[in-house]
Amino acid sequence: MTLVQLSRVTPGVSDWFFQSLSSPFIAAAGDSRLERLPIIARDLLTSRLPEPWRWWLNSLLAILVVLFGFAILFALLTLVERKVLGRVQNRPGPNRTGLPFTKLRLFGLGQPLADGIKMLTKEDIVPRSADKLLHFLAPVALLAFSILTFAVLPFGRNLVPVELDAGILYFFAAGAGTELAVFMAGWASRNKYSLLAAMRALAQLISYELPLLLSFVPVIMMAGTLSTTGVVEAQAGWKFGFIPHWHVLTPWGFAAFVIFMVSALAESNRSPFDLPEAESELIAGHLTEYSGFKYALFFMAEYFGMCALSAMAVTLFLGGWRAPLPFLEIVPSYVWFALKLFALLFGFIWIRATFPRLRIDQLTRFAWKFLVPMALINLGTAAFWSLTCNWSGPLQLARWAIALALVAGPFVVMGRKLSRDYAPRTYRYA
Amino acid sequence: MLGIGLLKGLGVTAKNLVGSFHDPARLVTTEYPEQRTKLPENYRNFPFLVYDGTAAIDGLRCVACKICEVECPPQCIYIIPDRDEKGRPTKKPKVFDIDISVCMSCQICVEVCPFDAIKMDQQYEIAEADRFDRLLLKREALAKPNSYYQEIHPAEAAQVDAMLAEARRKADAKAKAAAEAAAAKAATAKPGAANPPTRPPAPSGSTPATAAMKPATAAMPEPAVPPVQPTQTPAENSATGNPVAPKTGTPGA
Amino acid sequence: MSIAFLIIALVTLGSAAVAMSLRNLIHSALLLIASWAGIAAFYLWAGAEFVAFAQLLVYVGAVSMVVLFAVLLTRQSRVDMAIAPDALRRIVAALLAGGATLGVLFGAVVSAPLPIAASATPVTVSVRQMGQELMGTHAAALLIVGALLTVALLGAIILASTGREDPPGVAPPAVAPPTRKTS
Repeated sequence: MTLVQLSRVTPGVSDWFFQSLSSPFIAAAGDSRLERLPIIARDLLTSRLPEPWRWWLNSLLAILVVLFGFAILFALLTLVERKVLGRVQNRPGPNRTGLPFTKLRLFGLGQPLADGIKMLTKEDIVPRSADKLLHFLAPVALLAFSILTFAVLPFGRNLVPVELDAGILYFFAAGAGTELAVFMAGWASRNKYSLLAAMRALAQLISYELPLLLSFVPVIMMAGTLSTTGVVEAQAGWKFGFIPHWHVLTPWGFAAFVIFMVSALAESNRSPFDLPEAESELIAGHLTEYSGFKYALFFMAEYFGMCALSAMAVTLFLGGWRAPLPFLEIVPSYVWFALKLFALLFGFIWIRATFPRLRIDQLTRFAWKFLVPMALINLGTAAFWSLTCNWSGPLQLARWAIALALVAGPFVVMGRKLSRDYAPRTYRYA
Repeated sequence: MLGIGLLKGLGVTAKNLVGSFHDPARLVTTEYPEQRTKLPENYRNFPFLVYDGTAAIDGLRCVACKICEVECPPQCIYIIPDRDEKGRPTKKPKVFDIDISVCMSCQICVEVCPFDAIKMDQQYEIAEADRFDRLLLKREALAKPNSYYQEIHPAEAAQVDAMLAEARRKADAKAKAAAEAAAAKAATAKPGAANPPTRPPAPSGSTPATAAMKPATAAMPEPAVPPVQPTQTPAENSATGNPVAPKTGTPGA
Repeated sequence: MSIAFLIIALVTLGSAAVAMSLRNLIHSALLLIASWAGIAAFYLWAGAEFVAFAQLLVYVGAVSMVVLFAVLLTRQSRVDMAIAPDALRRIVAALLAGGATLGVLFGAVVSAPLPIAASATPVTVSVRQMGQELMGTHAAALLIVGALLTVALLGAIILASTGREDPPGVAPPAVAPPTRKTS
């Protein structure tokens, strides 16, 4: 049940839905024409309509734009990922698929299209002993949950699909459903690899949900709000005119950002935390018994989840749609958001190209013995930071030093303890 | 400290990522249909039949002796010798089939052939839509000129050609000696006869070369004798510098 | 408005009822999660965004995982499924426990001083107000609940760990671990 359907059956909800959808689209006065381009385009389409229809069409447009935008991003991302992985391994990557029926290759830009056609035309196989209903529901639920998370992301100035008071909480509540869908997929396939993958996915997601949630608590504490636009507002302005007030540029913010990204890697089942679908151990994990379009849905959901978590990281830590320097504000806000999003997604791909997969015990140990304590300590650091916000002059330096020590000290100590058993291996006969 | 190794690893991959763009020599991929790696000379997959001259079927070195058919371990060779109207063997194969879906590329047929008539090919693009007919290579598809053999196995072909030429020279000398002896004999017997009928030299295809002259076992003969058909010498072949394996227009390949 | 409420209530109660009657434990667990999601939908209908999302996050996100883990990790033999012999005792116990819970909840709801006449404009409670309430006036209750849950967690760990330290000669207990109680 999407939010829109929900609001249709519940007028109580539709009140805030209505207000939230209409109010953020009212452009600020000083904005440039380029900045307001999406809103101008939308108004061109819908301004003639009477009021209730107009609202419906506006919502529909927002949904369509977000869905299509991220679907195209997903298609491109699969190609970019394969290209980057290839380049890292000194290969050109896919470069042969271009426009169909022509000799144009376009650096392999036709690859997503070809993949899509292949996925759509493949046979949809359901194992005979599978739980048919759950086997069908799992990819649908997974995709639905990951699409729901896009609703509260601020893609630009005044460009929030739904302005919620508890937007960040909504984001993680919607994202929490994905692990359920992974479990359903693994269990319903009636395949031992799938079931093992489901168990691994549960263990992994339980372990990493905690640091993920703990890591953004400092941000909420400092911003004083749970709404995504509020968090972006809290990161406005520049110190000395050129250092942006982004959360990542503070000691606690940097630590929280790193913890958040590590947990996001694990939450989206990406390498090096891709244990649920570890090819070399579990064939394809919970995807083993899926083929054709359902398989494509799983892939889509994985990339949507990755995009959503990256977008959330941009919002929480990297200043959202804000420009890094004052004179760069002529570039529209949604471009900045997209650039930051691409940078983080590239980071995801880069990490995938670099690190080998963890073992399940290493994975859970890393979460419980390192990330959770670090996140808690980081919460304390953020509390110190907010208590000392009126320190000035030399005290400012002391504030920085203490906060850095509070973050770096435990990191070094716990890191040493964690990696003590993992000395560089010496091979006797190699 | 925790994380230093991770950052180092990220640095390595970043170096490769950037390096592969500004230094194309890093890219190890050969983009296959356009670019091909030069096959090593000793690469072999399936046998083919060598012919001399220009006529594919008439020039075949094969005399349909059936040694290869007998020796072939998976029995993928099938030969019917050709016979003329009177039923005498013409020392040519009427049917020479090799089922390359059965062939295991063991090269035993090449080893046992006393006439250097069958050699190993390097043609690897042999995928076919039909599982039965198109993989059973007929005589016409198997016949390839000696120049092609020289192209794909230059050193080995030079050796074989030298040996064949040597054998032919010896046969010629022997024939000439025999003819002279016969002439002398005829002269002594019948001094009036000035022009004895000389037998023409034996055609190269049916030269009775001995098994001891196989390139695999025989020592390298002196290269004093030039090859019989120097259509393309190995030196020329390498001088043209064409690294691409030739796409010969052989049927069935 | 009442139609939406009816649908939500039907989904919530229906999935809970079906969850009880199903033999397949995984299906029961998933339906239980569906009924929790229904409760979240009810909160949303009632205008309590924060509570709804917290319900989703905690129950659908975290507690569901624990339930599924418990179902998957407990042995499911045929013996465990047979509930006929002591059915009467179970019924009595269930009725007693259910009645006691109902009584306590009913008493609490009835005795609570709720404003009967709803105000014309719905009161929107912001997250900030809620946090201040929880950390200010209800701080003691929050702490007590937290301590209670921690003690329960520790007790569960102790129970689980003593079960594993049984000497190998002793037969495992015939009664299944408390899977069905969680669901």
